[in-house]
Amino acid sequence: MEDKEKTKQESSPVPDISDKIWDFFTSVKLTIVILIIIALTSIVGTIIEQDAEPEKNIQLLAKFFGDSMAPTFYNIFLKLDFMNMYHSWWFIALLLLFCVNLIVCTLDRLPKTLKIINTPMKPMGETVIKTLPVKKELRVKAGLAGAKDAFLNSLSAAGFRVFEAAEGDSVELYTQKGRYSRLGLYIVHLSIFLIFIGAIIGARFGFNAMLNIPEGGTSDVAYQRGGKQIPLGFTVKCNWYRTDYYGDTDMPQEFQSELVIIENGREILTKVIEVNSPLTYKGIKLYQSSYGLMSDVEGVFDLRVTPRGGQETAVYAKLGDTFVIPGTNVKVEIINFSPALAKDPMTGKLFTYNEKMMVNPAVGVRITEPGKPEYTGWIMRRYPETGLLPDGNKIKLDDYWGVEYTGLQVSKDPGIGIIYFAAILMSLGLYMAFFMSNRKLWIRLTGEKGAVRIALGGTANKNRLSFEKDVEKILSKATHLIEGSPQIPAHRERSKK
Amino acid sequence: MTSAVFFDISGLSYLLAMFVYIVFLASRKHAVGAAATTITIFGLAFQSIALILRWIDSYAYWMTNSPSSGMILALLRSAPLRNLYESLVFFVWCLIFIHLIVEFKYKVRSLGAFVTPLAALTLVFIDISGTSKDIQPLVPALQSNWLLFHVLLSFLGYAAFGVSFGAGLAHLTLLTESRKEAAYIFWSIIVGVFITVLVAMGLDFLNAPPAKPDEVIQSYFLKSTFKSASGGVAVISWIVSIAFIFVVWRFGLGFKKILSGLSLTTDMLEEITYKSIAVGFPLFTVGGLLMGAIWANSAWGKYWSWDPKETWSLITWFVYALYLHARFVKGWRGKKVAVLAVVGFIAVFFTYIGVNLWLSGLHAYGSE
Ligand code: HEM
Repeated sequence: MEDKEKTKQESSPVPDISDKIWDFFTSVKLTIVILIIIALTSIVGTIIEQDAEPEKNIQLLAKFFGDSMAPTFYNIFLKLDFMNMYHSWWFIALLLLFCVNLIVCTLDRLPKTLKIINTPMKPMGETVIKTLPVKKELRVKAGLAGAKDAFLNSLSAAGFRVFEAAEGDSVELYTQKGRYSRLGLYIVHLSIFLIFIGAIIGARFGFNAMLNIPEGGTSDVAYQRGGKQIPLGFTVKCNWYRTDYYGDTDMPQEFQSELVIIENGREILTKVIEVNSPLTYKGIKLYQSSYGLMSDVEGVFDLRVTPRGGQETAVYAKLGDTFVIPGTNVKVEIINFSPALAKDPMTGKLFTYNEKMMVNPAVGVRITEPGKPEYTGWIMRRYPETGLLPDGNKIKLDDYWGVEYTGLQVSKDPGIGIIYFAAILMSLGLYMAFFMSNRKLWIRLTGEKGAVRIALGGTANKNRLSFEKDVEKILSKATHLIEGSPQIPAHRERSKK
Repeated sequence: MTSAVFFDISGLSYLLAMFVYIVFLASRKHAVGAAATTITIFGLAFQSIALILRWIDSYAYWMTNSPSSGMILALLRSAPLRNLYESLVFFVWCLIFIHLIVEFKYKVRSLGAFVTPLAALTLVFIDISGTSKDIQPLVPALQSNWLLFHVLLSFLGYAAFGVSFGAGLAHLTLLTESRKEAAYIFWSIIVGVFITVLVAMGLDFLNAPPAKPDEVIQSYFLKSTFKSASGGVAVISWIVSIAFIFVVWRFGLGFKKILSGLSLTTDMLEEITYKSIAVGFPLFTVGGLLMGAIWANSAWGKYWSWDPKETWSLITWFVYALYLHARFVKGWRGKKVAVLAVVGFIAVFFTYIGVNLWLSGLHAYGSE
């Protein structure tokens, strides 16, 4: 059949154009070329900083081509879209070409593989069996029926479903395992294709945006690069933002914000999010991604005040405010604030070591009580003992609220389900393609005057060595089952003659 | 801190094993080979103890910081795969482990002469690169189970690729006949560069004080040779190494004679190369690419952002996919696929070390 078709093609002066296109896309040479091009251009893309300010890349190019040539090269690369190459038309075209190649190639092969899978096995006869890649010959003293039972037994113990064909005084057992493992590579290819689909859906119907919300603030839009607004369809409120640190260090342990989803004026859902634990609402995910301190904003000190021998009460105050510790006539004036206060180990002087982050917030207080000396000092959040006042009252700085903002990554990706599905599929397909194989076995048993001659042959499309080991096991189990039958290798028999 | 002693002993054992394997190659004495294997097993045992001790230490450290977390979570979070240092140490462990499996299964001792230098190179690199060895707390982005499995499986995969690199190089050595052949030039340059870098890093190690924690990775790397502050030293380093590579090229055929005198056959090397890629490829795909993407998605809401590290893993993946297709679909054997196996591992090296050393990225390890 195939040959005929070929001659027809060769003889016809104009080969069918669609055949030509099909042949082009089924060629693995094309795959190799595309993979190499994608790999090489991707390397360029990792060297040139993507989406960066021009100066950065001009400086970078200067290292390769010298100062004078750098701007020229920069312009060439810019024209070729290398500054944002993974989103350029030509790179996406390459990916699409790769994808088409993958599908066509896979579809082209699939019928052949399905045919192999669906073709039932047939008995082959001793001469053919002896030519197979895995082969064994031996003779055992036993009856044909006993030997057959022994093999049936050991084969089914190894998970083979056995067929048999009798012919004169011989029986042939034939069986196979793992024929569907041949589909493994198709599953792998399909999953790659699905990843493309998922990515396209994500890019077309989803978005990636950023949103900074001050503590206490709300927003119903997020912002894409370039400032484009994306309406969320609901309102997000940030109740508070907080960074926890490991012990005394400035090493962050967790970034957290408490978010509230508000829809039609009603609070629907409140959740504390942290890195690796986003909030999802209506397909939109809100990820903790950054944070910061706002300048020129006045916050509220959230203080927990405990009078000597009394109960703790919450006091909210601003810079410059004065309040009285409940049940006493001690006046507290808030006179100073630092987002990150540290003590110089040499001089013992206090100083603010970070203006941009609330690493170690502290509040400066002046405490006065009629008839007693005035006290001024710092109360630090991280060191609660600094809030133990000389007069026995206690003030704890719980938070300086309203000055930080939480930075959220806001994303919607309707393709993610397909991506995850494809990931599972790909794992499965790889397992089938690399760790399973289609193993076929033919065992011919021929009765010979109180003995049985056994010819065994097998093939495996992969991992032949381990198949050989399994065959040894099946054989030794069967010969053990054939009672009191010392194993006589057939070739030794022959050589004696 | 006791774990450090065990690490040092294991590192020294691997270095020693490297020399003994090379002596074995030259002498072909069975006793020497047996000694090399014994030393390697000894090193692996010590490294295993070190890893367990380190895990225990990290566990205690985690519990002091987060006393309320459950035992399973604490065990997962404190697994010694938390930063560049620990992951490289784990790479060496996997590499040696897989090598020993191959050695016993195929009875090929001489492969050790190709694999142990890779372990030695990694260990010396750890020492001079200034990667911090302290047990550090996990920054928030790294507190994910996906990350743990991502690192675990990728490194198993990398180690399998490492073995295929060794086997591929040995294979190329056996297959090439003349100094003019492209494949010969390729392997002699790779071997030359490999030894040059090993020696250059050895010099860094001797010159630089033991790296202090928190120094950047570039602090010592190649500073006493190619990147020396004194221009003269740098120029001499280049001249010496080019001369050395020339020598490797000129006398590489002798090396081939040594190898072919051993029990190595080209069929066996072809099979070892393929088998280790057949193990490494699924591990790297699932652990490296898929779990990495899932982790990125759970931490940042984007499963793929084309940052240099991700892109390089994709390039690596493509090279090995090329290997598989060239072999299975086009039926390539011998030199061409062996070259691809070697190139694949160069891509692995770039993905893991090169990107951190030379390219900046969103998830250059440990820094967020
Ligand atoms: C990087 C993406 C790809 C991956 C990860 C991949 C993976 C695989 C795997 C694991 C196998 C099985 C190899 C084996 O037998 O051990 C395979 C086989 C194959 N691949 Fe791909 N593949 C990719 C891209 C492609 C593309 C684009 C084509 C299109 C031409 C293609 C065509 C084939 C063919 C025809 C086979 C069949 C080999 C056979 O029949 O034994 N692959 N692929």
